[in-house]
Amino acid sequence: MDLVVLCKQVPDLAEELEIDSAGTDLDREWLNEVASEWDEYALEEALRLRDAVGGTVTCLALDTGSVDELLATCLARGADRAVKVGSFDERPDSHTAARAFATAVAGLAHDLVLTGVQAIDDLDGQVGPLLAATMGLPHVSVVTHIALSADGSTATVNQEYSGGVVAEFEVDLPAVLGVQTSQEAPRYAPVSRVRQLMKTAEMDAVDVAVDGGSGLVVEAMSIPEVGGRAEMIEGSPDAIAERLASLIRERGLVAGGVR
Amino acid sequence: MSADVFVLVEHRDGAVVEGTFELLGRARELAAAAGGEAVALLAGSGVDGLVGQLGAAGRVVVVDDPSLAEFTPTGWLAALAPIVRDRAPLLVLATNSGVGMDVAAGLSIAAGLPLAAYATAVELDDGSPLVTCQLYAGKVDVRVRFAGGRGIVTVVAGAYPVDAGRASGSPTIERLAPAATDNRVRFRRLIRPEAGDVDITRESVLVSVGRGIGEADNIALVEELAAALGGAVSSSRPVADSGWLPRTRQVGKSGLRVKPKLYLALGISGAPEHLEGMRDAGLIIAVNTDPRAPIFGVAHYGAVADLLDVVPALTKRLAG
Repeated sequence: MDLVVLCKQVPDLAEELEIDSAGTDLDREWLNEVASEWDEYALEEALRLRDAVGGTVTCLALDTGSVDELLATCLARGADRAVKVGSFDERPDSHTAARAFATAVAGLAHDLVLTGVQAIDDLDGQVGPLLAATMGLPHVSVVTHIALSADGSTATVNQEYSGGVVAEFEVDLPAVLGVQTSQEAPRYAPVSRVRQLMKTAEMDAVDVAVDGGSGLVVEAMSIPEVGGRAEMIEGSPDAIAERLASLIRERGLVAGGVR
Repeated sequence: MSADVFVLVEHRDGAVVEGTFELLGRARELAAAAGGEAVALLAGSGVDGLVGQLGAAGRVVVVDDPSLAEFTPTGWLAALAPIVRDRAPLLVLATNSGVGMDVAAGLSIAAGLPLAAYATAVELDDGSPLVTCQLYAGKVDVRVRFAGGRGIVTVVAGAYPVDAGRASGSPTIERLAPAATDNRVRFRRLIRPEAGDVDITRESVLVSVGRGIGEADNIALVEELAAALGGAVSSSRPVADSGWLPRTRQVGKSGLRVKPKLYLALGISGAPEHLEGMRDAGLIIAVNTDPRAPIFGVAHYGAVADLLDVVPALTKRLAG
């Protein structure tokens, strides 16, 4: 089973985001980036499937000039191969990413392509279904469970809906899946190992044409007023607890009052 | 080309989902302003019952085939893509769900139309669509136009009221046979969650925890607070994913929609997927270490603090 995982980095939301002077993008000068959370679940599922049935896991990232750590982390977690795709001066939109990945994936053995169901910056849609449509492959998004048939020709997957309801599908391979969560928490990659692999690992690179765009025109980007609604309570934890307790009591919301 | 506004109809168990009604109501307004029709795009099998729920549409285009009875990404896309391609509507609206994401992206490629995701507002400006999208877990708003003036939008739940989409009417019904079929993804069954020990949709008080809880052992702290309040503990997605609370306690897009009298959001940042499930609660109190957490945008009261400090202090004051 040859598994391909598409990975990308996104801004670290633990830090404050700022808008650039043109007002149409994030100010990326000091932006710290982290692996997109859902891609980590996709990698974990790929590694789990490979460990169960054998085969390879190849991780792909679009080369925006700073993906060595991302790909080295994939290798440290157990991926067999890392490939940098294309060369991008700017962060590509999802449509451009899908076209670039399509070229790269077509040149690799691929029974199953896994990627995160979404990323926090998917303005023009999610890469998984765009890639699948570009390549003419079947696709399922919001996948929470993947099982392979004994002969490796199909996968049984769960697609999650609201209220905890899931649909079970049988999917012909090769296919693309957008992973919502992994069965186990993503395995740990020691930082020392990642650092070492960044120096020593051989990463492949494939050239792809970079063209197109998304067909979207960004008019303005803004940070919405947060706390515009909440009345903020200041003070020590005890002072906060005191105020909250009286707010809750005033409204008769304590045990017995509302049941 | 037309000034029509299409809505992808999502349905399950013979019922049109709530998100589709939200879009239908908005599509009526947009189509009226643009001089086109609100068109419900329905793939299914034996769909009379579903058509009856779509009175708010000006027209229902039905692709009726046994293979389309249940949603499958490939089947629905093969059936619907030729219609969108041929009729070139002004807008196609889909819910930001698994169904919407699968079909919208496929339509974008098949019909060569741009796609705007995570939309919270769809407007017309001088006849041309202007879409507001929510990125970075709700921390940034982006206003976009389509280069060619028409496109596809996936809209987050709760962006528009559901009532206008439930209006009755007598739309024109147009029945089509599928122009193409694709059964590479086959529906097997729907799996429903087992009933949990607690039904959080019926609780008046919910003490809800997110990533800020830190570790499984700390759940006991919020259990004590919930006991003092006579309520139940619920969670955001990461806590359920970690297995620290059962999935039946999860609030949000992939969990349950709740409307308690009191919702304490503790260590929950308030990603759009979570807000979708709790924003209608009577009194929302949020405690989070990040002053910029979007949860403070929907909470009535907020405090920037570590829940592990505030919760024991609050329990002490409310117990006994």
